[in-house]
Amino acid sequence: MPTRRHPSRYRRRDALLAYAMILPAFAAFGVFVFFPLVRTVYLGFYRVPPFPGLPSRYVGFSQYATVLSHSQFLEPLWLSTLFVLFTVPTGILLGLGMAVAAQRQLAGIRIFRTIFSSTIATSVAVASVIFFTLLDPTSGLFAYWLGERGGTGILGNPTLALPAVAAVTVWQNLGFSFILMSAALSSVPEEILDAAAVDGATGWRRFARVTVPLISPTLFFAGIVGVISGFQSFGQIDLLTQGGPNGHTNVLLYQIYTTFYQDADTGTAAVMAVALFVILVLLTLAQFTVVQRRVFYADEP
Amino acid sequence: MPTSLRTALRYVVLAAIALVVLFPLYVTVVNALLPGPQIARRPPTLFPLHPLWSSFATAWDEGSLGDYLRTSAIVAVATTLAELATSVLAAYAFAFLEFPFKRALFACCLATLMVPAEVTIIPNYRTIQVLGWYDTYTALIVPFVASGLGIFLFRQSFRQVPRELRDAAVLDGYGHWRFLLRVVLPLNRPIVGAFCVFAFLGSWNQYLWPLLVTNTNARRTVQVGLRQLEGLNVAQQNVIFAGTILAALPIFAILLVFQRQLVRGLTAGALKG
Repeated sequence: MPTRRHPSRYRRRDALLAYAMILPAFAAFGVFVFFPLVRTVYLGFYRVPPFPGLPSRYVGFSQYATVLSHSQFLEPLWLSTLFVLFTVPTGILLGLGMAVAAQRQLAGIRIFRTIFSSTIATSVAVASVIFFTLLDPTSGLFAYWLGERGGTGILGNPTLALPAVAAVTVWQNLGFSFILMSAALSSVPEEILDAAAVDGATGWRRFARVTVPLISPTLFFAGIVGVISGFQSFGQIDLLTQGGPNGHTNVLLYQIYTTFYQDADTGTAAVMAVALFVILVLLTLAQFTVVQRRVFYADEP
Repeated sequence: MPTSLRTALRYVVLAAIALVVLFPLYVTVVNALLPGPQIARRPPTLFPLHPLWSSFATAWDEGSLGDYLRTSAIVAVATTLAELATSVLAAYAFAFLEFPFKRALFACCLATLMVPAEVTIIPNYRTIQVLGWYDTYTALIVPFVASGLGIFLFRQSFRQVPRELRDAAVLDGYGHWRFLLRVVLPLNRPIVGAFCVFAFLGSWNQYLWPLLVTNTNARRTVQVGLRQLEGLNVAQQNVIFAGTILAALPIFAILLVFQRQLVRGLTAGALKG
């Protein structure tokens, strides 16, 4: 006999209390996350006329097709990808290297650890303004040392601008990466390393065969966070190059910003925002499934 | 290799890394203490023999850093407290109460983690204008008063509260509110601390949103304020550097005080996998 769900499974009072408790969060999610997400997709269906004052016209998916196949989207997408390739592996490797260097108990090691973590106190904006000034072609110290005097400077150089912005980003993230990697290294059980040493694995071999697999969950986490935040980079572009020279640092989010804020082309900007959203979701899911198979989890049986 | 040589080599490596990490910060401090025009002089001055502290005062007053820092402090504190309150409440419901659609609603919370604020700026900017919140504290705070991550973390943590404690609390006549405030929150103080540090940093370091919704110095946060400062002319570069120091100092102080919470928060997500 089919059983009906027991009517008293939920106590009325508890359920009402629960809804009251989740209401503030859901009100905010509704207005500032779910509604605008749907609305962004919807705005992508409307083409904004080039002259202000005229009404937007419904064009459906055709605007998605045009924008997503156009270089105004594909070039920024490629630059964002390059930016991620420049920043993420470098950041993880440098953080790991610093963590290994600072791992051994030496006199004064705490001072070094504090110094290595110090860039975490800077924000993207702080780091960008510092480097912008130091790279200024007429007065900047770094520009002077790099042999730049006058001219366009590194940030004005089409080939060097994006790597330079990436380098500033990597520097700003060193502290974060170092803290993360240090915590991972210190979580590797001493006994396992000792056992590996007894088996004849020392130095580099032990690091590559024992330590790296053991800290792979952290490497994986740092990879995901790095790629996602790489695609969301905006402040360093705005403060260092404003997308220039000639669009060579015009990453996806910066392109969305200028399309929306300066060109007032809401429809095109919305299509690109939807694309950015899909990319970020796919990246998260893809990285999860691909890397999870190779990641070693210490608490697994 | 003899041990002493090895040790010496280790120190050389450590010192080299420290130099690379610290040098930009060192130059920032030095340049903030030099008279503006001297910064561009060659060979460069790497040690300020006659430090000039007035650049900080100039940055604070004429550079509006005082205003920017006040706005950032108000926004970051308010956002953190609001995020904490909404997250704790929702997490309590998800951890301890039974109600229809609980799983689906919790999935909605997790789904918000997939929607970064950058993706939704276009409609949100309009919402702010329609509500008449442009260039107000409200615009800087209200869109961020809920946190999917906070709800998730607190729920995970609340579920660790032993069953016996709940039963004991019920026997003692505790209602939900008293149980939450007297038992659950005190037991979860570490994660609450870590969350607050992160929420504060997240709010403090925001850039794109404050840039979009403010246009006067009274409502610009310090990150966006630095953009105004960057535009100063070459002769006032010492003021730019002083401004970046003033902008970073509060975070530096907070990190010194809350180092433990920070490391715990950073590693909580990473190590559990």
